Amino acid sequence: MTALLEIDALGVSFDQYDRGLRRRTVVALSGMDLTAHRGELVALVGASGAGKTLLAHAVLGMLPPNATETGEIRFDGRPLDVPARRALAGREVALLPQSVTFLDPVVPVGRQVRRSAELAGLPDPRGAATAALATRGLGPEVARMHPHQLSGGMVRRVLAAMAMMADPSLVLADEPTPGLPEEAVRAVLADLRRTADEGRAVVLITHELSGALEVADRLVICRGGRTVDEARPADFRGGGPSHPYTRALWRALPANGFGLPEDA
Amino acid sequence: MTLEARDVWFRYGPRDPWVVRGVSLAVAAGEVVGLHGPSGAGKSTLARLLAGMAAPSRGQVTVDGHPPRPNRRERRPNPVQLVFQHAELAVDPLWKVRATLAETGAPDEVIAALDPELVPPRLLDRFPHEISGGEAQRVTLARALLARPRFLVADEITANLDAITQAGLWHSLLAAVRAEGIGVLAISHDRPLLDAVADRVLDFADLSRGARAGTP
Repeated sequence: MTALLEIDALGVSFDQYDRGLRRRTVVALSGMDLTAHRGELVALVGASGAGKTLLAHAVLGMLPPNATETGEIRFDGRPLDVPARRALAGREVALLPQSVTFLDPVVPVGRQVRRSAELAGLPDPRGAATAALATRGLGPEVARMHPHQLSGGMVRRVLAAMAMMADPSLVLADEPTPGLPEEAVRAVLADLRRTADEGRAVVLITHELSGALEVADRLVICRGGRTVDEARPADFRGGGPSHPYTRALWRALPANGFGLPEDA
Repeated sequence: MTLEARDVWFRYGPRDPWVVRGVSLAVAAGEVVGLHGPSGAGKSTLARLLAGMAAPSRGQVTVDGHPPRPNRRERRPNPVQLVFQHAELAVDPLWKVRATLAETGAPDEVIAALDPELVPPRLLDRFPHEISGGEAQRVTLARALLARPRFLVADEITANLDAITQAGLWHSLLAAVRAEGIGVLAISHDRPLLDAVADRVLDFADLSRGARAGTP
């Protein structure tokens, strides 16, 4: 079966002006490979600055105009140029963004969810918004609240309701767990697992290896703008994974010895 | 030398709900104490109270019998330094790293001689947006240490960092506080992390005298 998302040797660099008209090129990604099948949850794990979010933005066609791209992104076997990615974004491909800053602070959340239902082209946006919030345990009183009145966990559920409105087949979840209490983290991860089990492809972008190990089918490890390893959760049992960087990440977890790699 | 909270209560206004309800705790010099609790419990407010950045509505916070505050006459910084979760929000975005560190009053040669494991010299002439989140947190930790504190309050300082960066930062911090005999209160929602770094771990819920009662 063809993978829903195939990213092949993706490279991204930025042209910047240094001083005056002196130009320099900053290479941000230099060889990211990732595939995700329907029904599969793939975790993209790496340190901050490794290029994880940039990969998601490339898939959505959201890179800024000074970016140059190499490699290929295929959706359902079809290579996508930037206009084709933009056409899929928000419909077939949804971004579950990181934080509350993606909500408008001065608009009640109900109206924002309704707006995403309108954009998804649903016949009854108001009813769809109410239903989407209700399925995530958020009653009509929440719809009248402003974002600052919600807890971190409630914000996540509102963002999920909006992202899932158009029934996407690919979900990119960008760091959905930092700053949430443990129960909320577990709920977010379980929700992503369920999203994959419903037949969607889910890419979980995260720096939290332990959470990824609980729910992912596969882990893609990246470092410094390139993917360095691919592993399954089972590879992390016993002696730990074999790739040196993946093993270093694993051993640095407080519960696994809190160790530092030799070359760090 | 002890950093002590004695039956500390805090709320923002006389009609607002209590955020911190009768907390008592003590951290001795050279000791690393973990404070564990869920988010929203009031841990960060307690951190601010312990560092003298907010005044308790009731109760007392003392360092060796005195409230934690800078001594302006003798130009000594606060003996309790607070390191925050979001390093990028804790530095002036228009200052280079060198200027941020110099704010402590540390002379140039001391800044130049900082442990390169903590702040590599190449960072000194960069702006905050030109360094990574982990590097920014090393800078704010170095700034706190340059103030020659007796106590550090570390509030979720590695919650936004990957495992390797987190381990590296804590190894640097523990080496520095052991060398200087600094007491540390490490606040986190991450119990395995606290078990790895702290001599003993307190549960926030157990500290509050008024955890169940509505008012004192």
